[in-house]
Amino acid sequence: MAIKIIEQQQQPSVGLSRVAVSDTHGEDSPYFAGWKAYDQDPYDELTNPSGVIQMGLAENQVSFDLLEKYLEEHPEATNNGSSTAASGFRENALFQDYHGLQSFRKAMASFMEQIRGGRAKFSPDRIVITAGATAANELLTFILADPGDALLIPTPYYPGFDRDLRWRTGVNIVPVHCDSSNNFEITRQALESAYKEAESKNMRVRGVLITNPSNPLGATIKRAILEQVLEFATSKNIHLVSDEIYSGSAFSSGEFVSIAEILEARNYKDSERVHIVYSLSKDLGLPGFRVGTIYSYNDKVVTTARRMSSFTLISSQTQQLLASMLSDRKFTEMYIRTNRERLRQRYQMIVDGLKNAGIQCLEGNAGLFCWMNMSPILEKPNREQELALWELILHEVKLNISPGSSCHCSEPGWFRVCFANMSEKTLEVALTRIHHFMERRRVR
Amino acid sequence: MLSRKATCKSHGEDSSYFLGWQEYEKNPHDPVRNPSGIIQLGLAENQLSFDLLESWIAKNQEPIGFMKKGGSIFRELALFQDYRGLPAFKKELSEYMAAIRQDKVRFDPNNIVLTAGSTSANEALMFCLAEAGEAFLVPTPYYPGFDRDLKWRTGVEIVPIQSSSVNNFRIIPSALEEAYQHAQKLHLKVKGLFITNPSNPLGTTLSSHELDHLINFAIDKNIHIVSDEIYSGTVFDSPRFISIMEALKKKNLENTTIWSRVHIVSSLSKDFGLPGFRIGMIYSNSETLIAAATKMSSFGLVSSQSQFLLSRILGDKKFTRKYIMENRKRLKSRRKMLVSGLQKYGIRCLENNAGLFCWIDMRCLLSSYTFEAEMELWRRIIFKYGLNISPGSSFHCPEPGWFRICFSNMSEETLDLAVRRIKALVDSSAPNAC
Repeated sequence: MAIKIIEQQQQPSVGLSRVAVSDTHGEDSPYFAGWKAYDQDPYDELTNPSGVIQMGLAENQVSFDLLEKYLEEHPEATNNGSSTAASGFRENALFQDYHGLQSFRKAMASFMEQIRGGRAKFSPDRIVITAGATAANELLTFILADPGDALLIPTPYYPGFDRDLRWRTGVNIVPVHCDSSNNFEITRQALESAYKEAESKNMRVRGVLITNPSNPLGATIKRAILEQVLEFATSKNIHLVSDEIYSGSAFSSGEFVSIAEILEARNYKDSERVHIVYSLSKDLGLPGFRVGTIYSYNDKVVTTARRMSSFTLISSQTQQLLASMLSDRKFTEMYIRTNRERLRQRYQMIVDGLKNAGIQCLEGNAGLFCWMNMSPILEKPNREQELALWELILHEVKLNISPGSSCHCSEPGWFRVCFANMSEKTLEVALTRIHHFMERRRVR
Repeated sequence: MLSRKATCKSHGEDSSYFLGWQEYEKNPHDPVRNPSGIIQLGLAENQLSFDLLESWIAKNQEPIGFMKKGGSIFRELALFQDYRGLPAFKKELSEYMAAIRQDKVRFDPNNIVLTAGSTSANEALMFCLAEAGEAFLVPTPYYPGFDRDLKWRTGVEIVPIQSSSVNNFRIIPSALEEAYQHAQKLHLKVKGLFITNPSNPLGTTLSSHELDHLINFAIDKNIHIVSDEIYSGTVFDSPRFISIMEALKKKNLENTTIWSRVHIVSSLSKDFGLPGFRIGMIYSNSETLIAAATKMSSFGLVSSQSQFLLSRILGDKKFTRKYIMENRKRLKSRRKMLVSGLQKYGIRCLENNAGLFCWIDMRCLLSSYTFEAEMELWRRIIFKYGLNISPGSSFHCPEPGWFRICFSNMSEETLDLAVRRIKALVDSSAPNAC
């Protein structure tokens, strides 16, 4: 009797799985700690002008007016294509087919083509729908790798990958180290080195995952490098996942080269190892609608991903709305062009502002953020000093920016600073604060 | 080149449940264009009350157009990706859940985790409650989708709890114990019970005795209970629905260990007929579970556009009350139509008070009392009589000869035609067989 009682006391009160209690969800990292500080003291131009300005959130708020105008002028977009809201409602509400609405897939394929300036074709039948790119990346990992296997990912990379690719899948990430000596470009040596590291840990490498344009670098990957990465993947007979979530945020169309273009140029030879992830969260600024896709050149992956997407389908209501909006070519061409130009202007504004404050950024040409180099002012070139600087900036300058170490950058002192999730005025306030901060340091 | 999960068959799509759908897709019945096509009786969808929703929408166009008092809410919704969910929606959802349980239980919105459908909720719970290789006990017959949803990516095993037509497939203590022992023999650690209440495919609600057995068993073995209550809004007749939460309260088990080991899953796909919008949820009294499941819901969040629309619909309490009542009436009358039609030809239906389907006894039409004969009968029913009904074996029914027929996903005329085709089937069988 006594033994039984003791056993019961030793059991955790609820008895959850290892996955549930692990911290692989990653929410204890500084990336998320900064968000908490912002939540507690958020900047507001009128009500809290000395609050924390959120520069750690890669959201695109510069082009909402274009979407709002479209919806005003096209009420049928939300009315299932008719002039009254109720018509078409029932078919849409019943539609839970994991193939996704054909009209939606067609519109997505066309939109993806337009973003790439027509330099690559996309077939609607290869598009698999998922509730956001978060789901797409996890789903692909479940399909391409077994627990204990490894994916190679160039650093610095999006902190969310640590959770999205590893948490429930049991797959490991082995970093491919990149540094500022060559603008953080991926090299063959770095890939080989990462591959060997995985082998030495008895991990089977199943693929390379690149983000192009890169988060957090805010730069597109050059064609020659893409070809090299593809060649590496082919030589090791592994997969290549290209997360192109920021493809519509390249400041000029000509600068972004998609892996799709490279495959098309070689007539799709060896393409069954390539898979593209895309979402409307960044280019259209719609993270709340949960619109992600996997585009795979591998039939088996398409079929399996489709079946698995049952766990993460896009609301048919949302598919309908986007099918309507994105099949309007006049609108999408105007949107893509205008959005790019506005992002470019914002980028110029922040980079110039930082330059005036004496801070250099990596030369960027895409994304919703810049990659800022604060290493010259670090007390010592190490992670602790980087985090100390980060905390100083958070609590003294009242800016939440993302430290490079949370992105697994091997070089301390780099920070990701977002510029598209606020008004121009707020960005000016942020730049003024940085200016003053740097001045104070110089005076010291 | 692909993972083991990608190459195995655990996606479950080779089951007869899905094969029937495939045949239907090749030759679907349409009253005008294809009157001799296959009638879909295998899809548990509620199409009976759309007119009520449509008229609500016609009178309330603003939420569809992202408008609320004060202007457009588009930007706010577009940016809203907080995995804790839209507060207004969770509040309305918690009140709706209480309403369909006659307010015998109250739900705290903070204990709700939103997921892209209950498919996503069920899988997430398995990830949170069990390791790969551990097991959940599931009463048979059960929804075929569980073989994929609970097992595929999680690596969790299902150990069936056997049942018998002798007592109308009710859950009995000895069956629970037998299943547990069976799991031990297979060296599987049992982490919990997974029940569906109201039951799919039986369409019955669990009695308070059954709920008592389940709760006592879970306390004794120190395991979880997951109660999939997705059909709770489709209870159209007595006895009334008793949620597992109500059963726990009645036994004064609040603030005991079992209180944090019971988790409810639900969705708006069945009672409201909105499977396309992917609105599911987990409800639990365990803070630790809610914390873990909330983070996990990042992999399957509900579109803020749909959260907003539903917060408005459910927030119209007058409409929701009317909808619940009218929907129940229509389901009851549809069931009656199917059951009395089948009874005329000697086909018996299990007495049921919920769900969108009936569990029918076709043993009299089997050539032999075997599952092979059941498959043979099923093929005849699809190919010769043009009816996609779901064979009991696809639900892991321990006895051959039982089938599930859905009754709320078609017009009255089509259901009537289906009943006439069953008459033809019975007529073609041995005289007085049924």
